[in-house]
Amino acid sequence: MTTADSAEMTGADTALKVRNLNAYYGAFRALKDVSFDIPRNKVTALIGPSGCGKSTLLRCFNRMNELIPGARIEGEVLFNDENVYHPAIDPTEVRYRIGMVFQKPNPFPKSIYDNVAFGLRINGYRGDYDEAVERSLRGAALWDEVKDRLHESGFALSGGQQQRLCIARALAVEPEIILMDEPASALDPIATLEIESLMRELIRDYTVVVVTHNMQQAARVSDKTAFLNMDEDRAGYLVETGDTHQIFTNPADERTEAYITGRFG
Amino acid sequence: MLRGGSWDREPSHGASLLRSGRSAPTRGAATGRVVHLIFFLCALVSIITTVGIVLSLLIESLGFFREVSVWEFLTGTRWSPILRPRSYGVLPLVSGTLLVAFLALAVAVPCGLGIAIYLSEYAPDRVRRTLKPILEVLAGVPTVVYGYFALTFVTPQLQNIPLPMFRDLLVFNALSAGIVMGVMIIPMVSSLSEDAMVAVPRSLRQAAYALGATRIEVALRVVVPAAVSGIVASFILAFSRAIGETMLVTIAAGATPRLTLNPLESIQTMTAYIVQLALGEAPHGSLEFQTIFAVGLLLFMLTLLMNVLGHLVVRRVREEY
Repeated sequence: MTTADSAEMTGADTALKVRNLNAYYGAFRALKDVSFDIPRNKVTALIGPSGCGKSTLLRCFNRMNELIPGARIEGEVLFNDENVYHPAIDPTEVRYRIGMVFQKPNPFPKSIYDNVAFGLRINGYRGDYDEAVERSLRGAALWDEVKDRLHESGFALSGGQQQRLCIARALAVEPEIILMDEPASALDPIATLEIESLMRELIRDYTVVVVTHNMQQAARVSDKTAFLNMDEDRAGYLVETGDTHQIFTNPADERTEAYITGRFG
Repeated sequence: MLRGGSWDREPSHGASLLRSGRSAPTRGAATGRVVHLIFFLCALVSIITTVGIVLSLLIESLGFFREVSVWEFLTGTRWSPILRPRSYGVLPLVSGTLLVAFLALAVAVPCGLGIAIYLSEYAPDRVRRTLKPILEVLAGVPTVVYGYFALTFVTPQLQNIPLPMFRDLLVFNALSAGIVMGVMIIPMVSSLSEDAMVAVPRSLRQAAYALGATRIEVALRVVVPAAVSGIVASFILAFSRAIGETMLVTIAAGATPRLTLNPLESIQTMTAYIVQLALGEAPHGSLEFQTIFAVGLLLFMLTLLMNVLGHLVVRRVREEY
């Protein structure tokens, strides 16, 4: 095996490479020199105390962060070895390929069908819409519950169903990566477990990156964990990344151990 | 005591809520009842006024409709209540009113909606904070100023347009009145629409952006549909305002009741007719005088109809969030 081959192998196994990422809001530095890789077809959890920049980091992956006035980024996020921040790259293309699910379910005030079809329509999908909607709803384990009422408002669903609708909406445009920003924090325990088991199913076809406050959730759903902390100046930095099992049983850094055992955060 | 000063209601920890020294109901409940009554009376004033207007319109126009049948009034195509041969067909006034109002909407809806989308979705905060008050100044200009603006500025400009149809444009015409009225009601459309659009939760915009939507797609496919009830309400209010506007059309649109949809002609609106007759010499209680109440009643019902229609439209198309 040549070096080129092995480099390609690593490329194929890595969904995102983060290199020296710094994020600012005006003069405030929110993230400091973050570098790590996110493996393909795995669940990667971002954990850390409140305000350490986990959500900022997540939003940097699909260029959602720049929608916040005053936000600025330095460094690189490589997606298929292309820097998503290269000036020639259209941010809407990045967001189309890297989907996102938010903290609170945010379905559009439209029918269930139109929610899922929204991404297809704006991206000019030419194919069978009914089939694509069904596929996406099945992918989000929601089809059986809503197949008879596709034209009812998305708001008629329960919180957990709404969040799965949002996942279906994200799946419809067939992204490669799905970013989830505390997707279960507004849900009850049963709905939370449903979302978690869905994440495990999604990694057959997608790469999932999830921000979570919940240690048990990170331990349950993720393959890889990245632990972020913050300095006195409140700038977030990466402490360590590794296999979830290793991070939770044998962390390399004592700050990680202190955090996961609940001594701060 | 920790803090100095005295209290109307001395804190006495551990005491019963039914204080012995003073009878609570005299203060709390009685004041409450008086305040309640005052606010109720405030609301009552506007209700009584509305009822009074409707009653006076009804009573006075009853006299008119004893002489002229409702059918003749509503379907007649010639309005000549003073000059003989007399004729009481209100349609020329209605067509004049609607012509000017629709011209105004044709100006105000695209401009107002465009401004609202710009302010709510595109403008940086600083621009927005400067632009909004300026627009609201536009709404505060007295309508008589708009009237003379239409008559002495817009009409001559239109007459200068080198097209055959504008060569014979009359001094008084529906077009310039309609255009200027449109400008006048832009702030109404833009301000109310923008309020409705700003109220659309940010999370919906984020959801659309995260699917690869561009700014204009977010505005037109997410924000506008979600804000549609407020936007349609702004159109209806603007339309009602256009129907009821008096001074501008009295000055610039003419005093020639004519059943036409040609904006280049001189027309007369219902409101302008009411002004003309009220300023004239028609004796109180005469049939001529009573025509203004009949026209007024029709105007009132037209606005009412608009509001009802608007509510129905809104209920059908609204997206609730």
